[in-house]
Amino acid sequence: MLGFAIALIAIALIALPFVLTEIGTSWVRITNLALLYVLLALGLNIVVGFAGLLDLGYIAFYAVGAYTYALLASPQFGLHLPFWVILPIGAAIAAMFGVVLGAPTLKLRGDYLAIVTLGFGEIVRIFLNNLSQPVNITNGPQGVTGIDPFRIDGLNFATTSKLLGLQFSSPTKYYYLLVLVVVWVVVINLRLKNSRIGRAWEAIREDETAARAMGIDTTRLKLLAFAMGATFGGIAGGFFSATQQFISPESFVLVESIMVVSMVVLGGMGNVWGVVLGAVLLSFIPEILRWSVEPVQLALFGRTLIEPEVIRMLLFGLALVLVMLFRPAGLLPSAVRKRELSERE
Amino acid sequence: MQFPKLGISLLAALTAFAVVGCGEEKKPEPAKTQAEAPAVPTVDIKIGHVAPLTGGIAHLGKDNENGARLAIDQANAAKIMIGGKLAHFEMLAEDDQADPKVGTTVAQKLVDAKVAGVVGHLNSGTTIPASAIYHQAGIPMITGSATNPKLTEQGFDNVFRVVGRDDQQGPAIANYLAATDKPKVVAVIDDATAYGEGLANEVEKTLKAGGVKVLAREKGTDKTADWKAVLTKIKGEKPDAVFYGGMDATGGPLLKQGKELGISAVFAFGDGACTDKMAELAGPAAEGMLCSQAGIPPQAASRTFLDAYKAKFNTDPILYAPFTYDAANLLIEAMRKADSADPAKYLPELHKISYMGATGKIEFDAKGDRKDAEITIFSMKNGKIAPIAVVKAGKTLAYDEFLKSMGGSK
Amino acid sequence: MDILLQQIVNGLTLGAVYAIVALGYTMVYGIIQLINFAHGEVVMIGAMVSLSVINLLADSGLPPLAIVLIGAGCAVPVCMLVAYAMERLAYRPLRRAPRLAPLITAIGVSIILQHLAMLVWSRNVLAFPQIIKTRVYTVAGAAITNVQVVILLACVAIMAGLAVLVYRTRLGTAMRATAQNPQVAGLMGIDVNRVIASTFVIGSGLAAIAGVMVGTYYGVAQYTMGSLLGLKAFSAAVLGGIGNIPGAMLGGVLLGVVEALGAGYIGDFTDLCRISGMSDWLTQRCAGGGHFVLFGSNYQDVFAFLVLILVLVFRPSGLLGERVGDRA
Repeated sequence: MLGFAIALIAIALIALPFVLTEIGTSWVRITNLALLYVLLALGLNIVVGFAGLLDLGYIAFYAVGAYTYALLASPQFGLHLPFWVILPIGAAIAAMFGVVLGAPTLKLRGDYLAIVTLGFGEIVRIFLNNLSQPVNITNGPQGVTGIDPFRIDGLNFATTSKLLGLQFSSPTKYYYLLVLVVVWVVVINLRLKNSRIGRAWEAIREDETAARAMGIDTTRLKLLAFAMGATFGGIAGGFFSATQQFISPESFVLVESIMVVSMVVLGGMGNVWGVVLGAVLLSFIPEILRWSVEPVQLALFGRTLIEPEVIRMLLFGLALVLVMLFRPAGLLPSAVRKRELSERE
Repeated sequence: MQFPKLGISLLAALTAFAVVGCGEEKKPEPAKTQAEAPAVPTVDIKIGHVAPLTGGIAHLGKDNENGARLAIDQANAAKIMIGGKLAHFEMLAEDDQADPKVGTTVAQKLVDAKVAGVVGHLNSGTTIPASAIYHQAGIPMITGSATNPKLTEQGFDNVFRVVGRDDQQGPAIANYLAATDKPKVVAVIDDATAYGEGLANEVEKTLKAGGVKVLAREKGTDKTADWKAVLTKIKGEKPDAVFYGGMDATGGPLLKQGKELGISAVFAFGDGACTDKMAELAGPAAEGMLCSQAGIPPQAASRTFLDAYKAKFNTDPILYAPFTYDAANLLIEAMRKADSADPAKYLPELHKISYMGATGKIEFDAKGDRKDAEITIFSMKNGKIAPIAVVKAGKTLAYDEFLKSMGGSK
Repeated sequence: MDILLQQIVNGLTLGAVYAIVALGYTMVYGIIQLINFAHGEVVMIGAMVSLSVINLLADSGLPPLAIVLIGAGCAVPVCMLVAYAMERLAYRPLRRAPRLAPLITAIGVSIILQHLAMLVWSRNVLAFPQIIKTRVYTVAGAAITNVQVVILLACVAIMAGLAVLVYRTRLGTAMRATAQNPQVAGLMGIDVNRVIASTFVIGSGLAAIAGVMVGTYYGVAQYTMGSLLGLKAFSAAVLGGIGNIPGAMLGGVLLGVVEALGAGYIGDFTDLCRISGMSDWLTQRCAGGGHFVLFGSNYQDVFAFLVLILVLVFRPSGLLGERVGDRA
């Protein structure tokens, strides 16, 4: 039964880009962006969901990964390393940042931790925006252009290729690679959750003092949580750079960090599938709104009363408030949270 | 209890998805039925326009869109024949929110919709990545307002610009400042955006080349309201002039606070802060400020364009509307000359074109930039910006002389 | 020297505004341990409402001071209403929920308020009518305007008034009791819900006044002006010790001065051209009056966060110590 379901899902995932291309290639691009957010949400889930550390500056790791790829594969420094070399480097640098940004926060309590991580997120962005003077490292607000796409032995991910009689457009190629990475990360997360490390994180999340009393090295494990979360963010960042072929600090603002936190919390903190669902919903619904709000308003009122962007943000804010009021543990709560909340009743 | 709720929300999402999916496919059909009504065979030609319609500069985005729309409506009324068929032009207007991510998504959407050409975008930050997508699809793109030089340095043969570049505007205002006020020490501030920093860099380069001492660059952000710290530091160095690369929203408070602190220097700005709003924001401190705009002032655009714009939209053009008007007309004219709306066929015509638009005579150089683009210098008089000089091909003309030289050709 | 004094004057004014906004954050956090992310938006609404009122009355011929006071007088009740609605609808039901929930709700409320404001007042940057004649006084070489003087005086007055409220009135005592231990306070006959609602309302009244001050001082208002200001003010509150009212005032003023001095001096301190003799490459770069500034005024916003992080690393409870109750 389970095998059949998995096979069905696999077929659907494989066929999806071709179905979407019929509607419009931009939908495959949107799907790719959604998959990137899924990666980010899964990474943040480790920090927030597993270890209980509220990180409001997570997008900094995305930025680090993206800029690492951009600086090593663009005309900025004239370097053009292949992607399978850069992605691990980016992941490693992001992990390093995770440790560096996590270290000062070890003694801080929940809300203070939130504001400090938020501060770090902003600091990283401001540095990226200003490292064009006196020495030009990141090209500042103008961003890095002409970033190389992925290339494997002559297969260029930025062009359309004809394979096996089918047209593989650039977004379609990235889609398959991303799906593979997402599946890999999901498997890692599921296994982490039920491992010794995962249980240690759970202990720290529930009661840090008791965890320490049980002999858990909270310092090492918290840093590990930051580092692992950052790693996935860094990998996603590398993909982002390659698919867009252009990055600028504008893509890594505070609102994005909050978006990712919302995906994790709305989907169900700590529950890997919940987080995936949250990321998918919050990525697609704004796009669907963008495409449908204007025609609907034109049909109903004859003109656009409120622009799609405003409606999207209003609905997003409202969704946050409503979900917290009625399902504070998220759409697919983790088993632990469900127990917690039912006990309180 | 949980599954029904989850199921419903998922079902809702999927249904919405499907509805939208179906909705997209229905769009082409009404156009076809429309086309069958008249006896003359018609051909539908889609022209895309992209600008930020939401966000801080939405008013400029709408202005751009209006300019392009006016051109398209006039072209439809003129009943142009292309390839033996009556051309019916349709404008697909999109909002890129001044965000590069959205810009690329929207560009892909236009490419999917098989537009014949694109007018846009507005900001250099969104135009540059989008141009790569148009280049891959071979669709010509003309921008009426993106001033970053990098746009036409990418080597894309489908990218054109009808407005001057930052590396023309910067030197123009810097040279004017150096020639008229002869400052010995100049302070340069920017707002750390692609536009502001780019322009400030050009100004600094020109001033330094002219032997003027330039102080260490000070920066704010595109939201800074409190400039006192930076201005106090500058005051200590006693500059004769201050140049700010940024928009009027931050330039206004800068000017106001500068005068409050007692800085007696001449303040100069780029086109982002070259609006009447500066007088609103800075009050009497704005009198006598200098600023530049890429292109000719809206008031100098052809009378026919101004009247037509006013008649259709009930308001005056704000900034770049004459340029998007010309951009759209250039696309249409090239199609007419090539007698085809196929980008591969009319692109060569676009490269060779020589056209008299609302902003004057337009020809493109090898990179796609406008030849001899004009830069206008303004001064704030009695709460309104008034043009005082025009810089064209390296020569500075007083505004009256420039008007005379334009007057004969309308 | 007069430049230093000028920077301090600038910093004090900026700090006064941060302090007033920080008070709102600290009071709410002290009583229900919630970071009210939407507080910054309340400041923005105060500025916008007063802008609309001032725009209406600008040509009426009333004295400028009266117009501003009327503007403030209209902004305060509106903000109080918004805060009360926020507390009642979004925060009260979540008093017993896991810690993360009210935080996410606060973010959601902040987004809603921002975009509702955008619908009402448009997304453009709006200018305050120039009705106040700026008079500049020079004190020991530093220029200080009449608006700055008013802001500083108002700040002192508000702090004094709040101190009286918290330490000399029954409501204040009830607030302190609820902050220490809500359950026991309830047992002592205090209507905890009312006290919490009052805290929100008073905090937002202060926010409204801060909004009017920011609007008239800088002359601009936009629907996004609340977020960065709120963030910095919250950092100021944490800096001084969250839940601690004198702490919020100290934190705010300190943060303002640090930002001003930082922006003014860090560029010069990190200009490597001062030591250009150390390397030939530097000497070349710095020739002809060049500059090689490592960290200039572009890093202004970073100072607020850096100071915060440093203080929290070395004094995790803030400068004057935190004062929050035990959340069972």
